[in-house]
Amino acid sequence: MVIDAKQYDFQALNEQIRAAEGDVTVENCMGHRFIAAGASGRTITINGVPGNALGCYLNCATVVVNGNAQDAVGDTMNDGRIVIHGDAGDAVGYAMRGGQIYVRGNVGYRAGIHMKAYKDKVPAVIIGGHAGSFLGEYQAGGIIIVLGIDCPDDRVIGEFCGTGVHGGRIFIRAHEIKRALPPQVRCEVATDEDLASVRDYIRQYETCFSRKIPDDGKRLFVLSPNSANPYKKMYAVN
Amino acid sequence: MLQKEGKVRIPSGCAISGVFAKDGRRIPGDLVARSMTTMHERSNGLGGGFAGYGIYPEYKDLYALHVFYDGSDAKAECEKFLDSHFEVVNLSKIPTRKTPAIKDPPLIWRYFVTPIHNKLKDSHLDEKEFVARCVINLNHNYKGTYVFSSGKNMGVFKAVGYPEDVGEFYRLDEYAGYCWTAHGRYPTNTPGWWGGAHPFAMLDYSIVHNGEISSYDANRRYIEMFGYHCDLLTDTEVITYIFDYLLRKQGATLEQAAHIVAAPFWSTIERKQGREREELKYLRNAFSGMLITGPFSIILGFEGGMMALNDRLKLRSMVVGEKDRTVYVASEECAIRMMEPDVENVYAPRGGEPVIVRLHEGVKC
Repeated sequence: MVIDAKQYDFQALNEQIRAAEGDVTVENCMGHRFIAAGASGRTITINGVPGNALGCYLNCATVVVNGNAQDAVGDTMNDGRIVIHGDAGDAVGYAMRGGQIYVRGNVGYRAGIHMKAYKDKVPAVIIGGHAGSFLGEYQAGGIIIVLGIDCPDDRVIGEFCGTGVHGGRIFIRAHEIKRALPPQVRCEVATDEDLASVRDYIRQYETCFSRKIPDDGKRLFVLSPNSANPYKKMYAVN
Repeated sequence: MLQKEGKVRIPSGCAISGVFAKDGRRIPGDLVARSMTTMHERSNGLGGGFAGYGIYPEYKDLYALHVFYDGSDAKAECEKFLDSHFEVVNLSKIPTRKTPAIKDPPLIWRYFVTPIHNKLKDSHLDEKEFVARCVINLNHNYKGTYVFSSGKNMGVFKAVGYPEDVGEFYRLDEYAGYCWTAHGRYPTNTPGWWGGAHPFAMLDYSIVHNGEISSYDANRRYIEMFGYHCDLLTDTEVITYIFDYLLRKQGATLEQAAHIVAAPFWSTIERKQGREREELKYLRNAFSGMLITGPFSIILGFEGGMMALNDRLKLRSMVVGEKDRTVYVASEECAIRMMEPDVENVYAPRGGEPVIVRLHEGVKC
């Protein structure tokens, strides 16, 4: 079913989407918020610019955006997949707890903030270009991959990457990590085992966007918390 | 009725938008008003406003004072002051359109003025300082008078209401200029009233702001040492005065002003090299009272240019795009696409990274 967003405000549009059966294509989207909130078992395709909190609380639906997305894509999403054929704004995957988000281009600040994981629920955010500062801030679980395609090493991540992390992993593809990292973050070249654990996500990225990871000599680095209790002595010696 | 900063608290939002024609082409004011409709939910109807540049070419050498009056007594008092300090070349009510959504407007007047020659000479002040002091004096000492716009060839239009209704009210479709900025207000800490709507302006500087300043009182105390008075019951006002002080009085560049109000962290400065590090260090030390903390995205309008800036942590969203010698800035990309569906190079500037646009060389507006 095709819905023309032009004639609706965000509430009415979301009511239309919820009332429709099966897959939905939204045309002329212009900042309509909360699209696909809590959606399950269907594919929602968006032409235009979806508003903030796209796919929040998403529950095993697929969302495809043919263009750029705004802030808080996949806020607290639980399962399913969001594919952005463009860039995304700040706080992509905010407090995400399952599913995957694929972004063809760049993301803004605080991507993957507060991501978490539990047993087989392992969320993943895969970014083709570069990420802004505070990538993976307070990350507690899950996987963030920044592929840095056509992006210089000093741009691939910003400042304060991984501030406050206590779980999960961040993968960064670069010749070397040029940005300073907080003392609680360990940075290593990915092992074969690490590579095997993310190979599927990278392959999926290539399929989603029909785009090959260039053979440019970049390596994959993996960032993780440097101990089980990295903040024990941050505020007081005890 | 009015409550001071901090006395009321309402949960949050705000939207900003701006458009700038680098070739000096005159853009009608309703374009930027239309862009605000896509961000309707970011406002709550307690304030909307616009600043237009290049809108009074027929009076471009005169200061355009836009004034709210609580009543005719305030108007009489203010006009007595204006007559003794300025030659008033033209005065009129600002034309408005009856709009059901805009209620209880104050008296809204516009004066095109120039300082009385002898008065200015005797004051030993330069012209801009003379005008600025008159504006501060009126706003601080004349009860019921609010001079909310005082630049040349520019004007601020603001009200309590949603921005699209405010644009309708002020008949923005009848104005055209090379630059427009817009604001939709969702006041968080302070009352929604006509004087508290954005933009806030001093001479040709105007500010629209999404966010809230954690350092407000520190900034206010500091700037009031230099003769400014923060009388408009909201935090954004102080940003305008900081830019007026830094740019006009201190002669700082826009980049320097940006590095003062959105100074990088000391740890970031330490990692810089050579001259850049020394300059950042100097600015942070010398102007520490003007560091603005807390979330903000702002657009500064000024004669011949526009600057967009985020706080150093980038706690508010802001995107920039360009098409055909026109630059667009907004809280959300949809607002830009409303103005120019085929906008190119859309990107989000980094926290503390100023985006500065100016008229092309030789363009006169």
